[in-house]
Amino acid sequence: MTLQTNLDHIETENQYNDILSNNENVMICCGRMGPMCVPVYADMETLRDEYPNVKFYDMLFDIPDAQVIRNLPECVGFMGLPFTVYYKNGKVVKATSSIQMREQITAVLDEYFSE
Amino acid sequence: MGNLYDVIILGGGPAGLTAGIYLSRAKIKTLIVNEGIIGGQMSLTHEIANYPGIESLSGYMLSVNMQKQAESFGCKIISNVKITKYNLKNDIKSITVNEKEEYKSKAVIIASGGKSRELGVLGEKEFAGRGVSYCATCDGDFFQDKEIIVVGGGNSALEEAVALTQYASKVTVVHEFGYFQAYKHAIEQATNHPKIDFILNSTVSAFYGSQSLEKVTVKNLKTGEEKDINIDGVFIFIGYIPKTEPFAEILSLNEGGEIIIDKNMMTDISGVFAAGDCITKRFRQITTAVADGTVAALNAIEFIQK
Ligand SMILES: Cc1cc2nc3c(=O)[nH]c(=O)nc-3n(C[C@H](O)[C@H](O)[C@H](O)COP(=O)(O)OP(=O)(O)OC[C@H]3O[C@@H](n4cnc5c(N)ncnc54)[C@H](O)[C@@H]3O)c2cc1C
Repeated sequence: MTLQTNLDHIETENQYNDILSNNENVMICCGRMGPMCVPVYADMETLRDEYPNVKFYDMLFDIPDAQVIRNLPECVGFMGLPFTVYYKNGKVVKATSSIQMREQITAVLDEYFSE
Repeated sequence: MGNLYDVIILGGGPAGLTAGIYLSRAKIKTLIVNEGIIGGQMSLTHEIANYPGIESLSGYMLSVNMQKQAESFGCKIISNVKITKYNLKNDIKSITVNEKEEYKSKAVIIASGGKSRELGVLGEKEFAGRGVSYCATCDGDFFQDKEIIVVGGGNSALEEAVALTQYASKVTVVHEFGYFQAYKHAIEQATNHPKIDFILNSTVSAFYGSQSLEKVTVKNLKTGEEKDINIDGVFIFIGYIPKTEPFAEILSLNEGGEIIIDKNMMTDISGVFAAGDCITKRFRQITTAVADGTVAALNAIEFIQK
């Protein structure tokens, strides 16, 4: 099961591990097709061209394998969708809960992934 | 001149989307620029049961439908962006988005709506998304079998409190007065609900926790007495304030921050119209926002065709 977005979807834990092992800069938005999540996916779709050094993915919050994100220590205490997680060399550098404005997302991308 | 439009609409709630539908359908080149989520406050509503022709639908789905309808007529929509500059006074108006892209138009409709009023107390911002929420639809299921508080005593607070009982084991409504400012049916549904308790004449005065919310202080506004309550989540529905700060220096607002309009829904700047929850009016509903959006759009068409 996937989200109805134009992003690449992560559907399994194996795929998640592969992506993190093979890419330096990764942003994953884990959510549903709800009011707080959709704007974040839409921003990620348009940010792909601006940040070619970052891989952008989404993951449906309700699939069992999404526990890899739901159970991250960085997401403990999160009670608002989506959970958006930024990874550098497989390590979490930042995680946010609930909707983020485009400028909040780019601030994180610039801080951690600028070349 | 790809960035020149006939009309730019500021806001993508029901007022702005309706204006977008009417304008685009009339073949007026229209752009909606929305700073928040499409649908605005409407998309945060768990269930809408008072929109004619639709028995019951989530606010999110009604927003998606209105967006699709506007886009189907050719309306362009940019959402979740920041408008960094407004130039509304000249004949050709312009706005700058994200400090980069400039969009111009012959007329503007402001449909910036309202935003949730915050309590403005210790810990509220810190625990937003970590136990403090302003949207039952979005965050309700994080509170499965948990105890929560709903702050407020109007229609939204009571209706969302009832909606939240499908997740929470107990909902306590904390309200500043000894009576509710809601319709009879909403009061009856909430007061008769076995999972809902009430603490009246009181407010939440502080939020505490570590990684997520754990405890709040509830203050009795009559006696001043304070007590701490262990709680997993707090949903705040204490009314809305107009989102008109960017326009305060540009056009006339009343003392409540609402945009003053004339009978054609035009502000005191020629070619700048306003619609929906951001204007001076008494009843703030989807139906009234949709009606305002229609009237503003039809007047804007007349204005640009003059
Ligand atoms: C919890 C809740 C429950 C409700 N339940 C109901 C109900 O059951 N039935 C009903 O009829 N009504 C209900 N309402 C009220 C209804 O949602 C509002 O009256 C209606 O959404 C107002 O529409 P609007 O388009 O004027 O503004 P909004 O819905 O507030 O939309 C305005 C949009 O403009 C954006 N914006 C703000 N400033 C700018 C700017 N400067 N530039 C560009 N964009 C901007 C905002 O981010 C937002 O997306 C409810 C409201 C809430 C909060």
